[in-house]
Amino acid sequence: MNETETAILVDRITVDYNGVVALHDAELRVPRGAICALVGMNGAGKSTLFKAIMGFLKPAGGRVLIEGQSVAQAQRKGRLAYMPQAEEVDWAFPVSVQDVVLMGRYGFMNILRTPRAIDKTKVTESLERVGMSDFRTRQIGELSGGQRKRAFLARALAQDARIMLLDEPFTGIDAKTEGAIVTLLRELRDDGYTIVICTHDLASLASFCDEVALINRTVLAYGPLETTFTPDNIARAYGGIFNHLVFDAGAGQAIPRQALAARARGTQPAADQLGGR
Amino acid sequence: MLLNLWQLLSEPFEFAFMVKALAVGILVGVVCAVLSCFITLKGWSLMGDAVSHAVLPGVVLAYLVGAPFGIGAFTFGLASVLLIGWVSARTPLRADAIIGIVFTAFFGVGLILVSKLPSLGEWTAANFGYTPPLLDVRSILFGNVLGISNGDIVQTVIAGGITLAIILLFRRDLLLFCFDPNHARAIGLNTGLLHYTLLALLALSTVAALQTIGIVLVVAMLVTPGAIAYMLTDRFGRMLALAVSASVISCIIGIYASYYLKASTGGCIVLAQALLFLLVLVVAPRRGLIARAWSTQRRNAASGAGQRPSVA
Repeated sequence: MNETETAILVDRITVDYNGVVALHDAELRVPRGAICALVGMNGAGKSTLFKAIMGFLKPAGGRVLIEGQSVAQAQRKGRLAYMPQAEEVDWAFPVSVQDVVLMGRYGFMNILRTPRAIDKTKVTESLERVGMSDFRTRQIGELSGGQRKRAFLARALAQDARIMLLDEPFTGIDAKTEGAIVTLLRELRDDGYTIVICTHDLASLASFCDEVALINRTVLAYGPLETTFTPDNIARAYGGIFNHLVFDAGAGQAIPRQALAARARGTQPAADQLGGR
Repeated sequence: MLLNLWQLLSEPFEFAFMVKALAVGILVGVVCAVLSCFITLKGWSLMGDAVSHAVLPGVVLAYLVGAPFGIGAFTFGLASVLLIGWVSARTPLRADAIIGIVFTAFFGVGLILVSKLPSLGEWTAANFGYTPPLLDVRSILFGNVLGISNGDIVQTVIAGGITLAIILLFRRDLLLFCFDPNHARAIGLNTGLLHYTLLALLALSTVAALQTIGIVLVVAMLVTPGAIAYMLTDRFGRMLALAVSASVISCIIGIYASYYLKASTGGCIVLAQALLFLLVLVVAPRRGLIARAWSTQRRNAASGAGQRPSVA
């Protein structure tokens, strides 16, 4: 792979919290213009890898490069957008949808963050793109689960960042909204955005992800879905306990039966429940 | 009747000290109210309590060397938050435990200094030829706005003015920092700077409020107005306006009540705020107890019209 086509390069990083190693010697390369899924059990280190890429955590060893630059440089240039998990947001906070989306523009404004015409235009465009124009003056707590996700997606769009990291974008939303978000992510990918998502949803990721990285205390494997998302690798990521797989003969990809069943019930995929130690 | 009310309201204005007290009270009310919106949203009430208590040794030392109390108070307030931050980064203990340990330690040092004031005064007199003025410890701990000196008014105005200016200029960044610090960092804002700016503002506003309400109760001024406003709205602009209104009204009511009842001014202001909060807690349009009970009842009635789930 050509260097200039690499959006994110994780170069053998190790991260520890108070002496407990959360991620050891992890390596990952995400090509530009791809959708990459990070999968693994709860506590496997997905969030840690996410935070290291975003620069929220400093690795004890190794380095992260964003389009060939350090994370700090990428932050200053606003290259990275982040959509938090629903649990990380205070939904009772007194801000409206457009306030939140405008926050995506702060990096372009002066020190007092006075919005200019271009900032307001970008906010309007982003809200339109995610289909949230009608809700722009709503307080964020008044939104449904799917609307909340779309509001934060609009913020990422308003930020004009070519690399987006989405933490659990499909948790707590219905199938219809999930479909709408997947469609939008595909469009963004075709526009040249690089998108990394953390997901529990092993069953659906095959339908829209180009790349996958399997995580269990390190990155076990990463690469194109066809060669990487194999039963062997999945079993390694889930500690060998994940053996109820349905095989899609055509693509050679594994789709976990329990995940499918869980999706049908509208609950968290089975991978979650299997994630004991 | 109307004349009586007019007399009641105007009588205090015959005294210069009451005019001063009301002016200072209103200023402090505005400054603390604006900051309280950020503090309540960030969940830093305990931090406010910590910083305000931690200033005590600074105030005593400032008197001892003849410096403005505000400088000593600000220095020690800031030192306490730096120490809290330093310890937090190096232990797995939860932040509230560390805050509790650090601010009580600072306050303890302050109390020791207070108890040793006579001998410390003799010591400075003997060694530096400077005899510190008499320090009224009660006014530091509990406030004494009715007896505030002109020098103290100057310090209050400076500290309050700086606090207000910084908050209003950088309100968008500060609000983003309270709402989503990760996003702030992702777009290249200096979140460490914002963190310590907010903490420094806590120390500065404590300096401003110290003479009015006293170290022990400053935290009420830094929490209650924001909490009252939060109950009433879910728009930040309105929250600021409502917090300022609630705070100023409480300060005025408190100072009047203190004048007529000859009771502690700080106590009266804080009680007025608490009563206002109680009122809002009960009658607030959407978040109040009555409104919530009302909407629960309506929801139950609506669902009950269909099929009522059997409850054992």
